[in-house]
Amino acid sequence: MTKMSWFNVTSITLGFAFLYLPMVILVIYSFNASQLVTVWAGFSTKWYAELLQNEAFLDAAWVTLQVAVMSSTIATLLGTMAAYVLVRSGRFWGRTLFSGMIYAPLVMPEVITGLSLLLLFIGIGLDRGVLTIVLAHTTFSMCYVSVVVSSRLMTFDQSLEEAALDLGCSSFDAFRLVTLPIIAPAVISGWLLAFTLSLDDLVIASFTAGPSATTLPIKIFSAVRLGVSPEINALSTIMIAIVAVGVISASLVSKRNSLRIQRDEQAAARAA
Amino acid sequence: MKRAALIALPYLWLLALFLVPFLIVLKISLSDTDLAIPPYTPTLDQGLRAFIDGLDFENFAFLASDDLYWKAYLSSLRIAAISTVLTLMVGYPVAYAMARAPEEWRATLMMLVILPFWTSFLIRVYAWMGILSGEGFLNQFLLWTGVIAEPLTILNTTTAVYIGIVYTYVPFMILPIYAALDRLDASLIEAAEDLGCSRLKAFWLVTVPLSKNGIIAGSFLVFIPALGEFVIPSLLGGSKTLMIGKVLWEEFFNNRDWPVASAVAVILLLILIVPIILFQRNQQRQSEADQ
Repeated sequence: MTKMSWFNVTSITLGFAFLYLPMVILVIYSFNASQLVTVWAGFSTKWYAELLQNEAFLDAAWVTLQVAVMSSTIATLLGTMAAYVLVRSGRFWGRTLFSGMIYAPLVMPEVITGLSLLLLFIGIGLDRGVLTIVLAHTTFSMCYVSVVVSSRLMTFDQSLEEAALDLGCSSFDAFRLVTLPIIAPAVISGWLLAFTLSLDDLVIASFTAGPSATTLPIKIFSAVRLGVSPEINALSTIMIAIVAVGVISASLVSKRNSLRIQRDEQAAARAA
Repeated sequence: MKRAALIALPYLWLLALFLVPFLIVLKISLSDTDLAIPPYTPTLDQGLRAFIDGLDFENFAFLASDDLYWKAYLSSLRIAAISTVLTLMVGYPVAYAMARAPEEWRATLMMLVILPFWTSFLIRVYAWMGILSGEGFLNQFLLWTGVIAEPLTILNTTTAVYIGIVYTYVPFMILPIYAALDRLDASLIEAAEDLGCSRLKAFWLVTVPLSKNGIIAGSFLVFIPALGEFVIPSLLGGSKTLMIGKVLWEEFFNNRDWPVASAVAVILLLILIVPIILFQRNQQRQSEADQ
């Protein structure tokens, strides 16, 4: 590789500064002692202490976590099934409609998805609360899961599965013992994606949440509508930190795994 | 039997929670506003005949007659289009530089582009509120350097909306362009330069056309969600920034006019169908070209 030109170095530096500076500034200001968010008045962690005493935020965080765990788990099950059906089941009645319904939610504006689900819940007389948010989140995130999993299913060697069947596995055992371990990384990243989508969602949750259940993004949104607040800065910093730790450790784990697979393959090649 | 169950479960789920709700929106967009609960008429329990007779295109006629709505559609289209071009201008050089970066850096650079996806969208938009406000970070910085004498008003203007869209969607632009540029055979550019092209000309005649699919994919990935965007205009935009996602939200939550909100949604979807189909075609062509 040749040395990078000054132009490329500048683009990368500016580009990444643009991506990360706003978050860095947010994190720095979360440690600002002043109530006036824009005036620096010394280092302090008092906004974190205040945040931890704010029951409304803690309640909302708990609801959000529950919703995210439930919806991402159901979405992973349904999304993996949908991916398997799309990739393996060949033709069946209504296949085009099915794949259309998998891809459409990915491009559907959130306001429309939210509005339509709310109208459905009201139409069938379902009280809005945790259940309705879970149903809504499951529906759009299962589509993301299914896209992630089906791209993995498409690239893997089907003869492995056939071999298991030939050797006397039932089709469920073949899936459990052969297919699932192979697509597991995709299923896990699908779950993580569904989980973060659910944690993040403001618009669809606003439509489908009732007075009994408020999620964290709804709380944050109604707070920041009035302007910048130091407590929200602190909350944002905590959320950014969780994501950073999560993503970095996940990428380290996957790097180690791929190194191990590489080693195993080399060992197998030598043995053969 | 098992196969049928496997198909039926996700299928029925999507029918019940994606297609049916959408048909309800369509139906309510053809209904009249009513002071009942739910606040529209007709409902199905009045019988099928009365139900069908009760439907009309009044709400759509209303949308066409009130210039708030078509102005909001036009302004959303304009804002989405301008932000797409701006995002391309910001994203292309970054993607280009990433593709030219040393091999061992690329995985890390990719991760750094993807990382913001995992952080809350709301927080990323919110971060700009503190930067762009009157006494915010940007103004303080510019005043301190002496570039400006008076603080600029950026927050609550359309400019802030452009900044917000470019910031939150630029990874969508970088990734497909990077993927296209990464596959590009560097010897083609060398050949162009050997044959007498200047670097800039080689870039225009070779690099840009060969990364066309990435540019198109990235542009749709920014344009489509930007068109229906709600969070960015409501946090960064001002009262003069008209975007249809915000209008729909206000129609529903503030005016409680469900039929009009549904009609706004139906039209927005009709507008989106064209770019979505074009995007699908581009993706299909690309995956065929890959095989």
